[in-house]
Formats: sequence, structure tokens, C-alpha cells
Amino acid sequence: MIDIGEEARLVEALRRGDEQVFMALVDRYQASLLKVALVFLGNPSTAEEVVQEAWVGVLQGLTRFEGRSSLKTWIFGILMNVIRKRRDHDGRLPPTAAFDDDLGSGEAAVAPGRFGSTRHWSVPPASWAGLPEARLLSRETVAQVRAAITALPANQRAVITLRDVEGMSAIEACNVLSISETNQRVLLHRARSRVRQALEPYLTGE
Amino acid sequence: MPCQELVELVSDYLEGALSPVDRARFEAHIRECEGCTHYLEQMRLTIRLAGTLTAESMSQEARETLLRAFRDWRSA
Repeated sequence: MIDIGEEARLVEALRRGDEQVFMALVDRYQASLLKVALVFLGNPSTAEEVVQEAWVGVLQGLTRFEGRSSLKTWIFGILMNVIRKRRDHDGRLPPTAAFDDDLGSGEAAVAPGRFGSTRHWSVPPASWAGLPEARLLSRETVAQVRAAITALPANQRAVITLRDVEGMSAIEACNVLSISETNQRVLLHRARSRVRQALEPYLTGE
Repeated sequence: MPCQELVELVSDYLEGALSPVDRARFEAHIRECEGCTHYLEQMRLTIRLAGTLTAESMSQEARETLLRAFRDWRSA
């Protein structure tokens, strides 16, 4: 975390053109920005391009940065704008649409067929507790998780990426995406439910 | 609380967004229901797995491009 005083000094140094400060900022956030871009765009070289473009956007925007959000939130917000301009993967989120235009509220977390007439499990989920770590952290599992997140509608993908992949707080994610906490939570719920559902056949098999 | 309701409350539970009453109902159900215990555990694991996705580290080339962009910006 950077405190507010440090952040103001940092922005000052950047505006003065301090190269070392800029590169230190790049080193601090580059991996996170790339990770977010990669989840959205799927392709490492496109992700890198988009992140480069975002940094240029950061430089161009520096004079306008007023410190109303944290520098981190502001940088990620710029990245999200570049990503949206670049392309929308599934066509459900045109560049001008808000991230909370379609919350997918009607979606069930679990297929209704898994429950009986009393709305209790008829096909209950198995325990994953016994799965060996080596299996959980295997390349195949990681690839499954990535594929499941990539297949999400853009707004759900945005929220789960910032929250669970990148580890942002709810408030940070809301600021980056300009959505309310309630809508953030709805999208996060849909996203996590879908990813769990996608992993279930894979992790529940023998 | 039916299981079908519980699965829709899991995220609010994990986010600490349930009212005290709903939280108590949720936890009472979990204590009695193996299926929902597994479900909650699967959701926690899903979150953990999402956190394992990594990005490749930055190439030297990308660093240099950025440095050039910074110098261009500074001299503009």
C-alpha cells in the first residue's frame, strides 16, 4: 500500500519527468496489469500491447490526475478502458456500456436439476478436500480455471479478475469499474458460481 | 433454508454481506448439510485457484519501449 502523502510525492515526481520513479511504478504494477489484460484478451502479446498503451494513457493523464481515487485504482481504470476499446471478447459489452448493464441476475448458481422437490440436493456436490495439492495446482487445473474465466461474460470476467485473480478489495474493484458494491457482489457471485460449475466435472472425476 | 437458496447466498456469506439473521440461518444449515458443506468448500477452492493464475514477467523489450515512451512524453 502507498499512503496518500507518498502518492502525492510520487505523482509530483512523475510530472517532473523522473524516469526512475516511473520505472519503479511500472515494476510495481506491470505483473498485475498483464494478468488482468491476459484474462481479458487471452493472448500474451496482445495483453502486453494493451498494457503498454495503458501506460501511455497514464502518462497522458498525469496532469489530470486529481487523486480522487488511489493511483492504483486510476491506473487499472485506464487499463480497463483500453481493453474495452480494443475489443469485446463476447460482444456482450459494447465499449460504451457500463459494467453493470447486465447483471445476469436471473442466472442460477447451480442447475435446478441438481435439487429435488424440497429444493434440497438430489445430486449433491462431492468433497474436493481430499484432492492432492499437486492435482489442484497442476497446469491442467490452472488451464481449466483460465478457460472458465475467459468464457464468462465480460462484466463477470472483469469483477472476478480484479477480485480473485488480482486480489483487489471490493471497494477497489468498484472504483476501477465504476459500479456499486451491490452490483459488484452480484457479478462476483455469478462469476464464481460459473467457474465452480465449470471446474466441477473436472475436479470431481476420479 | 433450502440448499437451493443457500447456494445463492454463498458469495454474500463469504463477503460478510449477510444480515446477522441470515448469517445464522446459513451457518445452521451448513452444520447439518454435507452437500452444502462441500459446496462452500468448492467455492472457497475456486476462489483460491483463481488466485493462482499468473502473468508472464515483463520482457526487457517491453521495459525499453516504456522507457522510450516516457522520454517522449517528457520531451513533448
